[in-house]
Amino acid sequence: MSATMIALYVFVLACFIGYWVIWGVTPSLHTPLLSLTNAISGIIIVGAILVAGFGQGGGPAETIGFIAVTLASINIFGGFVVTQRMLAMFKKKK
Amino acid sequence: MQLTGDYLALAYLVSATLFILGLKGLTHPASARRGNYYAMFGMLLAIVATVLTPAVRSYDFIIAGVVLGATIGTLIALKIRMTAMPQLVAALHSFVGLTAVLVAVGTYLTHSRTGTLSTVLMAELFIGTFIGAITFTGSLVAFGKLQGIITGKPLIFRGQHILNLLMALLMIGLGIQFLLHNQFDALLAVIALALALGILLIVPIGGADMPVVVSMLNSYSGWAAAATGFTLGNNLLIITGALVGFSGAILSYIMSKAMNRSISSIVLGGFGGGEGATGAGPGADNTKGVKTAAVEDAVFLMANASKVIIVPGYGMAVAQAQHALKELADILESKGVTVHFAIHPVAGRMPGHMNVLLAEADVPYDHVFEMEDINPEFTTADVALVVGANDVTNPAAKSDKASPIYGMPILDVYKARQIFFIKRSMNPGYSGVENQLFYQDNCSLVFGDAKKVCEKMVVELKAA
Repeated sequence: MSATMIALYVFVLACFIGYWVIWGVTPSLHTPLLSLTNAISGIIIVGAILVAGFGQGGGPAETIGFIAVTLASINIFGGFVVTQRMLAMFKKKK
Repeated sequence: MQLTGDYLALAYLVSATLFILGLKGLTHPASARRGNYYAMFGMLLAIVATVLTPAVRSYDFIIAGVVLGATIGTLIALKIRMTAMPQLVAALHSFVGLTAVLVAVGTYLTHSRTGTLSTVLMAELFIGTFIGAITFTGSLVAFGKLQGIITGKPLIFRGQHILNLLMALLMIGLGIQFLLHNQFDALLAVIALALALGILLIVPIGGADMPVVVSMLNSYSGWAAAATGFTLGNNLLIITGALVGFSGAILSYIMSKAMNRSISSIVLGGFGGGEGATGAGPGADNTKGVKTAAVEDAVFLMANASKVIIVPGYGMAVAQAQHALKELADILESKGVTVHFAIHPVAGRMPGHMNVLLAEADVPYDHVFEMEDINPEFTTADVALVVGANDVTNPAAKSDKASPIYGMPILDVYKARQIFFIKRSMNPGYSGVENQLFYQDNCSLVFGDAKKVCEKMVVELKAA
């Protein structure tokens, strides 16, 4: 099996996990769900790190990588912090 | 220390598991915060593991980018107002899209330097760039509409759909050109076309459909991440992209169902731009056959009720009435009245927006109910108080087959013994449809700004 086929297997199975997990999310937390998915889609930083850290002497690739790392970091920190802020507001009756 | 092969894969597997557990935490408000911590830890692990791989040879750009991004992201997240959450989410989607494009271009540049480009990789790069570019500009337009920079009215012109189709075909043609001849220029042209297409796809969609647009772009941002995962052969990115992609797709489905519209009709656009939406529709000043009530009357009935259901809509947030409303609910409860809040799935500008706004005003989440749970309760409610909601309470959706909103699930407000409807004017709601509720015997309108009316109710109640 080629690497691409393995990736396809992983993708399809992950789609099923996504399907089941997301249907379980309570509607009252749909906004935090959006912001949390914002945060975890910042995982694209992994790709940005590989470009930014390629390290063969400057060049446009490293600059592009730097911008990509910055944008992905905004997603990660912005997403997690705002999710935390919102979830802290959800309180039960005292 | 350097991480290679299986150790890196293992770290990514743990990260993916933590992300899944993080999303699973959102099953209930009580477990949600722990879920967020799981996801944070998963992210930290993934970043550290990646930085420690031998493929990363210089750290300056990475550290600078993370520090800069962390500062900007944290500041925005701490300052953003909850009413502006949809804009923040849209902006963050656009960043994922742009990052996907940048990573694809960067990967192309680094791989062509080392001579490791293959046709499969180039095909994956092509897919990653066009999904990323569409997500980027599409989200920017959504951001502009939500922020009020661009008009919320749908922009429609003749031949729009044919133009989009032609552009998409041209983009695929250029993609094939890029694959066959390894022309970087063709890839850049693909990006330019996809950027334009992202704008054209979102401009025809009206403000009323924003909850669906936000969810849809959430989905796109996930697929963009997954496509990047394919180009990099990175399973963690593929898994996360699939999770996010499905999250957005499911939210879009839930939202469109709550409006009784098909996703395709929303995507093709044009809804909510009728003359009613401009406030100049027929009957805009027609108060004939409508009963009005004074604040005192409403307060008297509520104070003597055993159950009051409050139905907030986005108008409540616009008027910033949620704190006054919360105080009103508190006083009623201290008088022994049961107070529940009823939320329609499309209330607000994004899925779950109203829940967050009420939570911010300190309304306990166990007093806030979703449509299916609260609808049977309206028959036993003495008073239903509608604040800033409109279309989602219109019984025409059930009874009038000619109504544009016929078939849309609604909150059964009309079944309550008495309805008080706080309203600024007789202007119809987003859909431009007049609310039949106003002509019912058990409905009285309380005219005024939502915040001022609620504050006056609080004063009256305290005096009583």
